[in-house]
Amino acid sequence: MTLPFFTPDVDPGPDFAGLLRRQGRDPETRIADAASHPLTIMHGTTVVAIRTAGGVVMAGDRRATSGNLISHRSMEKVFPADRFSGVAIAGAAGPAMEMVRLFQLQLEHYEKVEGHHLSLEGKANQLSQMVRAHLPAAMQGMVVVPLFAGYDLQRGVGRLFEFDVTGGRYEELHHAATGSGSLHAGTVVKIGYRAEMDPSDAVDLAIRALFEAADDDSATGGPDLVRGIFPIVAVIDADGYRRLEDDEIRRRFEGLLGDLSPSNTQGSADGGARPDQEIER
Amino acid sequence: MSMPFYVAPEQVMKDRADYARKGIAKGRSLCAVSYDDGILFAAENTSSTLRKISEIYDRIAFAGVGRYSEFDQLRVAGVRHADMKGYAYSREDVDAQSLANAYAQMLNHTFTHEMKPMEVEILVAEIGDERAGDELFHILYDGSVVDEDRFSVLGGEADAITARLDESWAEDLDLGAALRAAVGALAGDDRALGADDLEIAVLARSNGRRKFARIEREALTALLG
Repeated sequence: MTLPFFTPDVDPGPDFAGLLRRQGRDPETRIADAASHPLTIMHGTTVVAIRTAGGVVMAGDRRATSGNLISHRSMEKVFPADRFSGVAIAGAAGPAMEMVRLFQLQLEHYEKVEGHHLSLEGKANQLSQMVRAHLPAAMQGMVVVPLFAGYDLQRGVGRLFEFDVTGGRYEELHHAATGSGSLHAGTVVKIGYRAEMDPSDAVDLAIRALFEAADDDSATGGPDLVRGIFPIVAVIDADGYRRLEDDEIRRRFEGLLGDLSPSNTQGSADGGARPDQEIER
Repeated sequence: MSMPFYVAPEQVMKDRADYARKGIAKGRSLCAVSYDDGILFAAENTSSTLRKISEIYDRIAFAGVGRYSEFDQLRVAGVRHADMKGYAYSREDVDAQSLANAYAQMLNHTFTHEMKPMEVEILVAEIGDERAGDELFHILYDGSVVDEDRFSVLGGEADAITARLDESWAEDLDLGAALRAAVGALAGDDRALGADDLEIAVLARSNGRRKFARIEREALTALLG
């Protein structure tokens, strides 16, 4: 690899995708033939984001499906975009992963070349442009719809953005969900949401939302206690992006399952109730 | 057609080297010092925006002295080289040595083929998991590369600073001691350098994925003691 040196008139500046194009490595998915048969490709599903007091919580399930088959059980759909922001994806897995990778690099590249961060708004716009550039592939069935959330260092608040396939960028003030289970997950979040939520409550709400989505949407994966696979949950606040440990998610799930067990929800005396919960009720 | 006067190649190279050296000597010097947790960079620089030391990649940093516009151009090219390589292969495959070679080629080409050599001297540093894996590549205006150990000094006053560091440097200095040794060597005996005169950064093993960090004013004042 030779040193990429440019004369001022063709210099790509801090744009990493532009640099790749200049070096003959087009980062966008090109569609060979519009009439080609639609393929069965891997899809990732449900992700949610909730605004909290002082930040944002993002969460995503772990299932990837190909048609009606489960193709992957431990896929990651929530990623740090940089130190103070995260991106969560739903849709065609291959292009989505590539989009995240390029987006992460784009932000880091900008920061290194320019010597300072992009603003949160600038990052959201970057992602919006990448989703728009992906539109031809989306029209062929390879839809990628991300969520973007982060801590705005200038304003001192958490912010979150939803996107559509055309690259439309919509800032949400409270919460957002995308992917096949988003209707169920979004409803749970909508009902449980309160303004200026405590981050810990928002984590529990996100976990519950994903659980309910998995309950009703076959493409969304629930907690897998046998294999020890749990949703990915990240908290972003003034200290930056932090992914919660699996053990913590497991504990929170166990708490949720306790609340949801038939003896608790219906009060039936089927003998499955744990004595301590009986007393609590 | 008029014939250009004959000038011996030795003379051409010597003139160019003198020109480059003169340009480099105009600016202030810089040093990089190995310490127990990585590599410390110290530059005399009163500007807090025009940087001499910067991040290239996870484990790699860049430092330059001489003409700012030229070494900054090299810095950006290095960031591009590293990011492209990490994108095409993997993050682990990005290393200082291949970057140093690319810089050397580029500087050598400019030195022999262009009107004017670059008036720069640069350093490419990488830290490993252990001190033994640390690398310092010192690259001169003509593309010659020197692989250095312990510490590296760039700039017009390199000889005097190297002599001072030879005395003050020791194995396994901690951050504060390494900083004081580096700043003492840059300053010499007749003057003292304060936080406002310095640009300090580290590649530290204890940092996360991105090992590069600047030591800003407050922390720096505390460390200088």
